Amino acid sequence: MSKIRFASIWLGGCSGCHMSFLDLDEWLIDLAAAVEVVYSPVADIKQFPENVDITLVEGAIANEDHIEIIHQIRKNSKLVVSFGDCAVTGNVTAMRNPLENGAEVVLDRAYKDAVLLRPQVPHEDGIVPPLVDHVVPVHAVIPVDLYIPGCPPPAPRIRAVLQAVVEGKPPEMIGREMLKFG
Amino acid sequence: MTTRVIIDPVTRIEGHAKISLYLNDAGEIDDARFHVVEFRGFEKFCEGRPLGEMAGITARVCGICPISHILASAKTGDDIFAVQIPPAAEKLRRMMNLGQITQSHALSFFHLSSPDWLLGYDSDPAGRNVFGLIAAQPELARAGIRLRQFGQEVIELLGGKKIHPAWAVPGGVREPLTEANHAHIRSRLPEALDTTRKGIALFKQYIETHQEEVDNFGSFPTLFLGMVSKDGGLWEHYDGHLRVIDSDGNTLVDGFDPRRYAEIIGEAVEPWSYLKSPYYKPLGYPHGAYRVGPLARLNLCTTIGTPEADAELIEFRQHGKNGVVISSFLYHYARMIEILASLERIGLLLDDPEILSTRVRAGGGINKLEGVGVSEAPRGTLFHHYNVDERGMITKMNMIIATGQNNISMNRTVKQIAQHWIHGVKDARIPEGMLNRVEAGIRAYDPCLSCSTHAAGQMPLKVTLYDANGNVLDEVGRE
Ligand code: SF4
Repeated sequence: MSKIRFASIWLGGCSGCHMSFLDLDEWLIDLAAAVEVVYSPVADIKQFPENVDITLVEGAIANEDHIEIIHQIRKNSKLVVSFGDCAVTGNVTAMRNPLENGAEVVLDRAYKDAVLLRPQVPHEDGIVPPLVDHVVPVHAVIPVDLYIPGCPPPAPRIRAVLQAVVEGKPPEMIGREMLKFG
Repeated sequence: MTTRVIIDPVTRIEGHAKISLYLNDAGEIDDARFHVVEFRGFEKFCEGRPLGEMAGITARVCGICPISHILASAKTGDDIFAVQIPPAAEKLRRMMNLGQITQSHALSFFHLSSPDWLLGYDSDPAGRNVFGLIAAQPELARAGIRLRQFGQEVIELLGGKKIHPAWAVPGGVREPLTEANHAHIRSRLPEALDTTRKGIALFKQYIETHQEEVDNFGSFPTLFLGMVSKDGGLWEHYDGHLRVIDSDGNTLVDGFDPRRYAEIIGEAVEPWSYLKSPYYKPLGYPHGAYRVGPLARLNLCTTIGTPEADAELIEFRQHGKNGVVISSFLYHYARMIEILASLERIGLLLDDPEILSTRVRAGGGINKLEGVGVSEAPRGTLFHHYNVDERGMITKMNMIIATGQNNISMNRTVKQIAQHWIHGVKDARIPEGMLNRVEAGIRAYDPCLSCSTHAAGQMPLKVTLYDANGNVLDEVGRE
């Protein structure tokens, strides 16, 4: 049997969901036997590949680079998973949404403060991606197949999902153990 | 004509970044830049929210070192409450920070960077990661995973959760340590120490035959800044004074109250990165470049204060002039010595009967309208600074994050590596392994970019080629 092609990506989040993934600890060794990691922040492949079986998406959609890559992820992945509260609801990343002109005011506060040397909003074309005004969860941009809530989702919950995927069964997202937010 | 190659994304680092390499007509590297491309805006959206929420929200700046933010935030709260926290609370907070230093450094060393040395910079990028390490060296991979797990368990056993525990609060901590958890931590300490000793030996052996990396991965003079203990200038991670030294070992600043950070630290903004560049104000920008984190802390401290780590420190310092080690490649080495120091100190804290005290939280209210809280995060000195109104609502927030303070040095490092390894490039074709070396220079700092831009995201690596007018000629993504 060929290995499951597994990917994970980190968009507008804090990396905490990926850290919780690494909290699978020694089960990672079992996982490595069952899946091929074809794209991930902890691996070196730079282009999102084709024919991915499952992609975990951490984080909300917060800048223009995210919009570009999320469409590619959808196109190339059989199962797209919103991984953690930022991906599921926007969570902390979306806390700037209630501010009017959210992107502009947060940038001005951070980069135009008078105490700074050379105050300016970073903007180099093609390098520094512009922020979107309104941060949105992943499913606002593309259809999502599965949601794993939690900030971050605890490792046993991640394991339960991946275990099912590896066995070719649909993951059961029921009960407090699998569904608690925060 | 200049050609620009962009590495996007930079991988196996904790955040979103790109690197630009500028090539001249002869195919030599003229310049290099490190770009951080994520930003979330915490300082703004925290305005108007209650002080009590800050530990929970700022923890979400970073999933790798949330404890640093929780502690800096709680300490800022202590300052605003104007209370002295119970001694047991301080000891417990210290223990959690030591657990975090252990897990974060183990992640950097084993999961993220060791594939470069153990599998090789030029090995197949498809397997050059922790999963490749699991396949190639299962015993070592397992030991590294379990060492990180130990650090995470210390955090969980104290705070109830491995990532983002809502535990340290203004005035102390919410829960004491139970006897069962105390016993569990004690039982796992010997294995953690054993793995750490092996990791140190492994790295020492590696550098014996890889002096070229030591000499060219960010080896240059800068200042070093960090905390040392108030008493005797020992290695310090939770509460102390700031010290600044130069590469010759001269002390520029000592016994400095970290609350006054703004007098010595300025921040510059560049149009090509969301990461600000802090500098030592008296020397200006960019001359006032300083490094923070494990390398800085080992250079700054008088001694570490525990026997095994101090023995390693003596050996470590032989890699420097006047005892000051200037190669950023040796951040990796410093990280392992700091794990050893952390484990020894966890042992000492476990021996202290007060660690089981249930008096862990002082009451208090808004007694000052401004507070500063500083701690040593795994990556360096972390500053939180809040202004509040009479009801304790945030009116202004400033954070200076560990990783950012290495920004100027990270830029110099990528340039140094590129200029040393990359020559005579034709048609902007640079071998993948060379690009990986450039990235590895960044990995040495273990930058946490979600932190540093208070951002979200990962670090990409893409190489883009530009002509002299800044037009994109080509982009070399990593295949
Ligand atoms: S859900 Fe929580 S842990 Fe995950 S990225 Fe968002 S803030 Fe971080």
